[in-house]
Amino acid sequence: MDVINALVVLANFVIVPGLAYGAQLALGALGVTLIYGILRFSNFAHGDTMAFGTAITIIGTNALIAAGITFGPLPTALIALPLGIAATCLLVLGTDWAVYKFYRTKKAAPVILVIVSMGVMFIMNGIVRFIIGVGDINFADGERFVVTARGFRDATGLAEGLAIRTTQVITVIVALIAMALLFWFLNKTRTGKSMRAFSDNEDLALLSGINPDWVVKVTWMIVAALATTAGVLYGLDKSFKAFTYFQLLLPIFAAAIVGGLGSPLGAIAGGFVIAFSEVTVTYAWKRVLGYVLPENLAPEALVQLMSTDYKFAVSFAILIIVLLFKPTGLFKGKSV
Amino acid sequence: MTEPFLIGDTMTGGYGKGPDILHGCTIAVEKGEIAVIVGPNGAGKSTAMKAVFGMLNVNSGAVRLDGEDITHLTPQERVVKGMGFVPQTSNIFTSMTVEENLEMGAFIRRDDFSDTMAQVYDLFPILKEKRHQAAGELSGGQRQQVAVGRALMTKPKVLMLDEPTAGVSPIVMDELFDRIIEVARTGIPILMVEQNARQALEIADKAYVLVQGRNAHTGTGKQLLADPEVRRSFLGG
Repeated sequence: MDVINALVVLANFVIVPGLAYGAQLALGALGVTLIYGILRFSNFAHGDTMAFGTAITIIGTNALIAAGITFGPLPTALIALPLGIAATCLLVLGTDWAVYKFYRTKKAAPVILVIVSMGVMFIMNGIVRFIIGVGDINFADGERFVVTARGFRDATGLAEGLAIRTTQVITVIVALIAMALLFWFLNKTRTGKSMRAFSDNEDLALLSGINPDWVVKVTWMIVAALATTAGVLYGLDKSFKAFTYFQLLLPIFAAAIVGGLGSPLGAIAGGFVIAFSEVTVTYAWKRVLGYVLPENLAPEALVQLMSTDYKFAVSFAILIIVLLFKPTGLFKGKSV
Repeated sequence: MTEPFLIGDTMTGGYGKGPDILHGCTIAVEKGEIAVIVGPNGAGKSTAMKAVFGMLNVNSGAVRLDGEDITHLTPQERVVKGMGFVPQTSNIFTSMTVEENLEMGAFIRRDDFSDTMAQVYDLFPILKEKRHQAAGELSGGQRQQVAVGRALMTKPKVLMLDEPTAGVSPIVMDELFDRIIEVARTGIPILMVEQNARQALEIADKAYVLVQGRNAHTGTGKQLLADPEVRRSFLGG
């Protein structure tokens, strides 16, 4: 019984939140890795692209709720998500046309594009704060829980409860759908294959008659969709705050690099590696150990390896450890 | 005399704003023939071929395909006109499967290309066997077959190969030469640059020896093989 209780505590505080957080990071890292693979630079504005998409989605959600439209037990934000994606598409395509294209035609070195993307990051930062402000916004509505802790306890008779929030389930399901669509697109469609070809060998792709402008446009649109989805899922699961999204850039980059830059599969694996290491290292293991260990060995302290304030340090430690042993990441990405 | 199918006529030019590498160099290939470009290192063999394909500036002279002046077309536009080009290095998509490589070769085609793919598989049976394997996992000789197969997917009117046998073992090299002859037998004229001068001259209908960006000797493969001067300077006596 103790072991089952320990597993329930673990599931409640580590596995379920880790899965949801990992799915959010994975979607974010997919966007970073696509930009790296096809436009060949690290896009520092990615966190703020997510924030922009989420901000527009929140505005849409509020408008829908004001008009009396809700999604029943599901969050209304899911209905507003396409609006956010469309607006973000316009934003990134506009940015590409106004900023990145200039450097691309000059064949600027990747490091210059990285610095340019930092400039874009600051501008997007400002735009998002203008649109929606700097405060904490909670925009999740509908049913809060799929499984409540009390309901779980009553149903199973266990001492520990397991709570699964609607937003966590939605995060995992939506992320799975998005990833399945992305992989189907990249592996089965003509445009998707041409994107992979362009990422693999740009010169040969041009020789084969692949239109680089079209590849770049499609990439930005996919990235906008992924970024907005990741941002909205994260905001539903936790809350929206412009500054938090800017900070999310760190674990997202760590995830993309750990997985191997340019490799979509790597981005997903990296997302979960980073998420689970952050959650396990900052989790207080006292209760789990209390169930598993014999009574006289049960810890009195919290057994928390690191305070949650240090969670970003965890992503970077993992990043360094992985790169020491696999310099191109877990899935043979491009070396940086 | 009628004009050859593809001709780079008295081309002078170089890369970007750099100095001229080619000096009045002429390269041509007739329908149904194999033309090879040989010469010592740094003679401008690959450069001459790239000039024909539009990858460097031709300052004077002209390139004509089937009588049409294509001197000012980009390489991509030349592919659409029916020229197939296999670069010397990075000539496959390593992370994609063999079949996807061929599909990308046919990217400009909007019609059904399954029959062309079947022809390529007939020509290179090993590719059919490995069609779902990533091209980067294949051996050097097999990669070259993928590269040539990719270029054949557009059903080119002329095929240009830049040192197709570079870096493969002698046995594989013989096999590649056999395959190239087979491609030529399907009626596609081939223009290629080769390091292995003797073998290349043996299969060549027309051969060009370049020295320092100029035509040094021109003739049929047999003539050049028999030419004492060519033998002395390039073939080791």
